[in-house]
Amino acid sequence: MSNETLLYMDSVSVSFDGFKAINDLDFYVAEGELRCVIGPNGAGKTTMMDIITGKTRPDTGSVTFAQDIDLLKLSEPEVAQIGIGRKFQKPTVFEALSVFENLELAAAGDRSPMATLRFGLNADQRGRVDEVAYIIGLSDRLNDAAQVLSHGQKQWLEIGMLLMQKPRLLLIDEPVAGMTHQEMDKTGQLLSDLAGEHTVVVVEHDMDFVRSLNSRVTVLHQGRVLAEGDMRSVQNNREVVKVYLGE
Amino acid sequence: MMSLLRGDRGGQVVLSILLAATIVLPLLNLTLPELHPLHVSTYQLNLFGKYLCYALLAMSVDLVWGYMGFLTLGHGAFFGLGGYAMGMYLMRQVGDRGVYGNAELPDFMVFLDWQELPWFWWGFDHFPVALIAIFLVPGLLAFLFGWFAFRSRVNGVYLSIISQAMTYALMLTFFRNEFGFGGNNGLTDFKDILGFSINAQGTRVGLFIASSLAVIASYLLCRAIVKSRAGRVVVAIRDEENRARFLGYRVESYQLFVLVVSAMIAGVAGALYVPQVGIINPGEFSPLNSIEIVIWVAIGGRATLYGAVVGALLISFSKSWFTAVFPEYWIFALGALFVLSTLYLPYGVAGFKRNRVTV
Amino acid sequence: MPIKILKQLILVGMVLIVGVGHSASADQSQANQLIDTLAAQLKDRKTLPSAIDEIAASDASQKRVWLESLLNGRLYQRKSDQKMVLVEKSGSNFLLISAADGSSLGEVGKREVSKIKINNSLRAKLRGAISAMSIQDPDPQARLAAIEQMMQSLGEPEIAAINQQLEIESDDKVKSLLALANQIHALDHGSSEEKQDAIESIGLNTRDDVVQRLQVLALSEDDTVLAEKASTALDKILQRISLFEKIETLFFGLSLGSVLAMAAIGLAITFGVMGVINMAHGEMIMLGAYSTWFIQQAFPGIIEYSLIVALPFAFAVTFMVGVLIEYLVIRHLYGRPLETLLATFGISLILQQAVRTGISSQNVPVSNPAWLSGQWMIDPALSIAVNRMVIFLFCIFVFVALTWLLRKTFFGLKVRAVSQNRQMARAMGAKSSRIDSMTFGLGAGIAGVAGVALSQLTNVGPNMGQSYIVDSFMVVVFGGVGNLWGTLLAGLSLGVANKLLEPWVGAVLAKIAVLVFIIFFIQRYPRGLFPQRGRAAGD
Repeated sequence: MSNETLLYMDSVSVSFDGFKAINDLDFYVAEGELRCVIGPNGAGKTTMMDIITGKTRPDTGSVTFAQDIDLLKLSEPEVAQIGIGRKFQKPTVFEALSVFENLELAAAGDRSPMATLRFGLNADQRGRVDEVAYIIGLSDRLNDAAQVLSHGQKQWLEIGMLLMQKPRLLLIDEPVAGMTHQEMDKTGQLLSDLAGEHTVVVVEHDMDFVRSLNSRVTVLHQGRVLAEGDMRSVQNNREVVKVYLGE
Repeated sequence: MMSLLRGDRGGQVVLSILLAATIVLPLLNLTLPELHPLHVSTYQLNLFGKYLCYALLAMSVDLVWGYMGFLTLGHGAFFGLGGYAMGMYLMRQVGDRGVYGNAELPDFMVFLDWQELPWFWWGFDHFPVALIAIFLVPGLLAFLFGWFAFRSRVNGVYLSIISQAMTYALMLTFFRNEFGFGGNNGLTDFKDILGFSINAQGTRVGLFIASSLAVIASYLLCRAIVKSRAGRVVVAIRDEENRARFLGYRVESYQLFVLVVSAMIAGVAGALYVPQVGIINPGEFSPLNSIEIVIWVAIGGRATLYGAVVGALLISFSKSWFTAVFPEYWIFALGALFVLSTLYLPYGVAGFKRNRVTV
Repeated sequence: MPIKILKQLILVGMVLIVGVGHSASADQSQANQLIDTLAAQLKDRKTLPSAIDEIAASDASQKRVWLESLLNGRLYQRKSDQKMVLVEKSGSNFLLISAADGSSLGEVGKREVSKIKINNSLRAKLRGAISAMSIQDPDPQARLAAIEQMMQSLGEPEIAAINQQLEIESDDKVKSLLALANQIHALDHGSSEEKQDAIESIGLNTRDDVVQRLQVLALSEDDTVLAEKASTALDKILQRISLFEKIETLFFGLSLGSVLAMAAIGLAITFGVMGVINMAHGEMIMLGAYSTWFIQQAFPGIIEYSLIVALPFAFAVTFMVGVLIEYLVIRHLYGRPLETLLATFGISLILQQAVRTGISSQNVPVSNPAWLSGQWMIDPALSIAVNRMVIFLFCIFVFVALTWLLRKTFFGLKVRAVSQNRQMARAMGAKSSRIDSMTFGLGAGIAGVAGVALSQLTNVGPNMGQSYIVDSFMVVVFGGVGNLWGTLLAGLSLGVANKLLEPWVGAVLAKIAVLVFIIFFIQRYPRGLFPQRGRAAGD
């Protein structure tokens, strides 16, 4: 595991109609790290993801990926193509397509219409689909339409789609919302396995789940970093307690 | 070719019937005497040919609406432009046989006292030029429209209404005499096409066969697109545009590609339509025409391609029956079709058994 | 023959009132014979003009009746005795009245009298002479009209009469017009100094006749000082005229814009709150306009008040139609905006055809009440149609009323709650289905009210609603969805833009240009002029 910084956000701010959603935020993630981001509603977690993936442009500040790529100059598809995958809060898979087709569309490779019009998947990519399907536990569901999957399975399928992209950085928004305890444990295991080979940033509300991940935690509040460290030190931070429990 | 139709039962049936009709109907027309009960009159054949053009148009709408989720209310624009390109060629073939006997200028230009042919009419004496224009002009409009709309992520009702505004603006423009396309009256009084008299029985039969083959060929083309990985990307974009974008697909390139192909098919439909009805005028651009196409597709069933063909033929035949029997009530029936099909038939005639389409 | 007798009596009475009524002195009766002594001159084309002058200058009490009769072709000469008579047609015969004393002379055949014929230049002269007489009319409006009449050809006698009247005139308006006539006369016939003075005192008058004269003077080369002065004055006046033209264009634009805004506002409400496009919106406008027609047909006696009655009636009708559409169709298509669009389009077809078969496929006549017709003249170069002004003000009123409804009432609070967060509003106890139904009805009702206003400007027919849907949607989107005042501003600015472009490119191209502009605008700024920004706005 290398300790080089993979993602570097430097004094980033953005406001909507005068409301500062992100306020002078500094945020770093090292290569191969598993990081959890927590914070109350409106702390700016989703907006932070929007900025990294090119959906929202910040008013000020810089965002750098892998030392020398300026993310602020890239569109969403370009961000995806340099190796940043994002999972949405709501599970978003292509319901009308089969599990196989969902993974197929996510496979790394040329994404221009001319290429996808002419070529199907090559043997490598097919192998990768099987591999990922195994990782997310959907090997026997490849030909089912995605819309018949359970909520948890859709979440895994979406994570699987990210894996097909072979991303260096995975941004995962509330992966266990609405999951059963069993599904949660499985997801936690999945994410822990992914870290190392990939860098994973998880945004989550569920404290038990975050604790189970046993990773470094960043607390966001009012668009800036309130505290950072392992779960125990963060939980004992007076500021954090104040924010979560109220005064 | 057969691999394209694998798993597409509806398509297999519809294409087989079409192929049979392409061979049998002309034979019944040409070989049987007029009084024979199985004789198909040239008029009927011509009517079928016209409806096949509608079917082609409906297919082009299904491609963008059914598969891409863009409810276009302006496809009449592409149809009309293809029709005008063909009409210009037919107009030039009139030569000095017009009312004014002017070999240099079409009648309406003589009437407007124009001295020379405007530049955009140059070359339309030659069929290849017209043929290129039939593809290029609708394609170009679609490209410009899509370039602006998709890049700025206009979607939903916004996109629909803008497409309606587009065809509306074209209609207003083509109504103007000084625009050089015959204004109100459009282009008509055609004589020849490719050297054959346009009203001759043989020409009519030829046009019918051409329309039918165009439907079959376009069906296979559309099928090839939607069966490819690109086709699945398009469906993916329809259902979860953001997901597709974050997977690294340039959503707008796909949308643009599909729209341009669809516009070209619509242009061909218009080009085949004009010699069969003998006129093209700005009425083809009216928003009502465009929205009627949508209802053909809705009735036939979205995202099936063959449903569009069936829907267009079904409604066109009912319309001609209705307007002959109860002329007053056709509009009521059409209006009711809009309401009832959206309320009770969300997947169309073809969609009774499928429920995978979610739009 | 009672009618014939009645006619005769009226004619006699008229002559008596004007003529015999107030004097029976010997002098007067002599003066009244004047017409007969001039008979020979009147009969001759060459001497006719001087005879007219003589009559006008005389103090005969009937002179005005003579001149008016001559002008109207009712002055004849009896062939038997050369006497001048006034005639009244009675079947194929004429009833005769003595011109001199107004006594009835019985009925004769056409051939027994010969008409005094006049030509156009004489007609002008007669009008001038008659105006000179009516300049003393007790009614100031009549005096103004008489002066206007005289100003068409100002000669010495007219100026004399004008100057005379100027000294005793008490009405300010009449006085200033008299003074203007005097100045115009000076421009025509005065010395160089008088002309210069006249130019100065005329100042910034935008009347055509003033402009014409200044143009002539500005080109006169022999008197450079005068020409200079005239051209400076002319420039200023032309500037003023062009300013007025701009104001007029602006007003036309605002007027068109208020129509657009009113047509759009109902759509803005339903689209903003429910996210659905009602393609039958134009037909709600049409139904509103037909309501006006219906009220006028049902109560032909109250045309003056018909609009006041039609407004609530149209609102009620379209409100109910709207609620019905919502209940039968829209409600079943929630979350499927594109299907809603198709279904409501079907409804619009049905409504149009229902009007065509139920009433007529032709346009129906809707009359304008008198208080809405006419022009409000601010300056000779600037007048404003009363109906357009009223409709503009009405539009503003509708917006204010709606803003009040949505901001200050409990209903408005619920509507805003539902439009912002349907689930949350429902959780808080707002019956969202009820609110939707009311909102849709309200949108339709406003469209109906707009239809009443439009019936005063455009033709009312089954197709009238069709053209509004694209325009209205453009206005809504241009202004930013969910923003009432944005809709108003968008409507007004598009109206003005349309009218500004019109003189350059013509009405149709102006419309196309505006349409194309909005297409590009929406593509650049999909959320309109006043977008609701934020994280949720894009999703």
